[in-house]
Amino acid sequence: MCGICGCGQTNNTTKLKSVLGQNRHLIKHEHSHHGHVHGHHETERLVKVEQDLLSKNNAYAEQNRAYFQQHHIFTLNLVSSPGAGKTTLLVETIKALKGRFPIAVIEGDQQTEHDADRIRATGVPALQINTGRACHLDAHGIGHALMVLGVKDHSLLAIENVGNLVCPSSFDLGEAHKVVVLSVTEGDDKPIKYPDMFHAADLMLINKTDLLPYVDFDVERCIHYARQVNPEIQIIKLSATKGDNFSAWTDWLAQRI
Amino acid sequence: MTNLPGADLHWPEGCMAGTAMHELSLLENVREILENHALQQNFSRVTKVTLEIGKLSCVEPEALRFGFDVAMKDSLAENAELIITELNGLGLCRQCQQQIEMETLHDPCIYCGSPFVTVIQGAEMKIKDLCVI
Repeated sequence: MCGICGCGQTNNTTKLKSVLGQNRHLIKHEHSHHGHVHGHHETERLVKVEQDLLSKNNAYAEQNRAYFQQHHIFTLNLVSSPGAGKTTLLVETIKALKGRFPIAVIEGDQQTEHDADRIRATGVPALQINTGRACHLDAHGIGHALMVLGVKDHSLLAIENVGNLVCPSSFDLGEAHKVVVLSVTEGDDKPIKYPDMFHAADLMLINKTDLLPYVDFDVERCIHYARQVNPEIQIIKLSATKGDNFSAWTDWLAQRI
Repeated sequence: MTNLPGADLHWPEGCMAGTAMHELSLLENVREILENHALQQNFSRVTKVTLEIGKLSCVEPEALRFGFDVAMKDSLAENAELIITELNGLGLCRQCQQQIEMETLHDPCIYCGSPFVTVIQGAEMKIKDLCVI
């Protein structure tokens, strides 16, 4: 997975050190060079770059995607605000489907192993990535996670991204689909407040529908907004805790694995 | 909990290069791209960086400007000037085939009202060129 950076180990500290060392050398070289030519005329020149800022992440994502295709691993990138119910959704999904095909989970959170522990309690392997200060998972991290986790062929891999509707939209992880979870305890205008994410997603799950009688959430308005941003987005309304319409989601998954 | 699947698996520290805020992650990528180009094209200092940022990309030019000096500190682009060229959003209506200007990702076609519009310009976020010594 990490052919690009060459860090074929699960721990790439050595490689990082060597990169840092190289950079230090570069900086040092620049300084000594600068000192050497001090007082002389330095010619400025223009260098064309034309390179996407996400090119490195995208290259890793393509490697991950090729790996998933080769090993028939159906990978989803689950995104939402914090608290929309992604982990509960996964726990219930695993309970419903784990007898049918192997499932593995990668959990992304800034801190703690809480979510991975909840997944492990269902009997399915999970790896927790603590992103620290970072607000999203990236494709390079997923490549390493695959090496640590050892995902089986012909399985479902669910990647639960950091709860954040902004940054994860830009970072392709190599997944087959981004699935955005929006719960009815949030605003029904989230699709137009955070359009990038709803534009990037192929499926929107409207979760916690059992709470609709108690909240001021207009489902039709939410769907209208989501289709404004992304006319092709698929939508399933469900309640992960109560099981309402849950089979629509598990059928969607089962048809694709 | 130790018998649970994956409980013994641990995320190797140092494998996540990200930083807070995706603009800062992107600026770290800028720095890395500059360093790679410095090795390939034999320059030791960058005095100007020109970025092309589309108005429909999820990057805030002000956040890039804010973080640029910090992200370039101690690199070959320390104290470099940052120029950001913003690109307008353009879309092609899949219904009536007209080209339209787009302010947001959810602008419908101004000619026929269709929401099926493909973005053809404005999602870019790239390093265009550099002034180097």
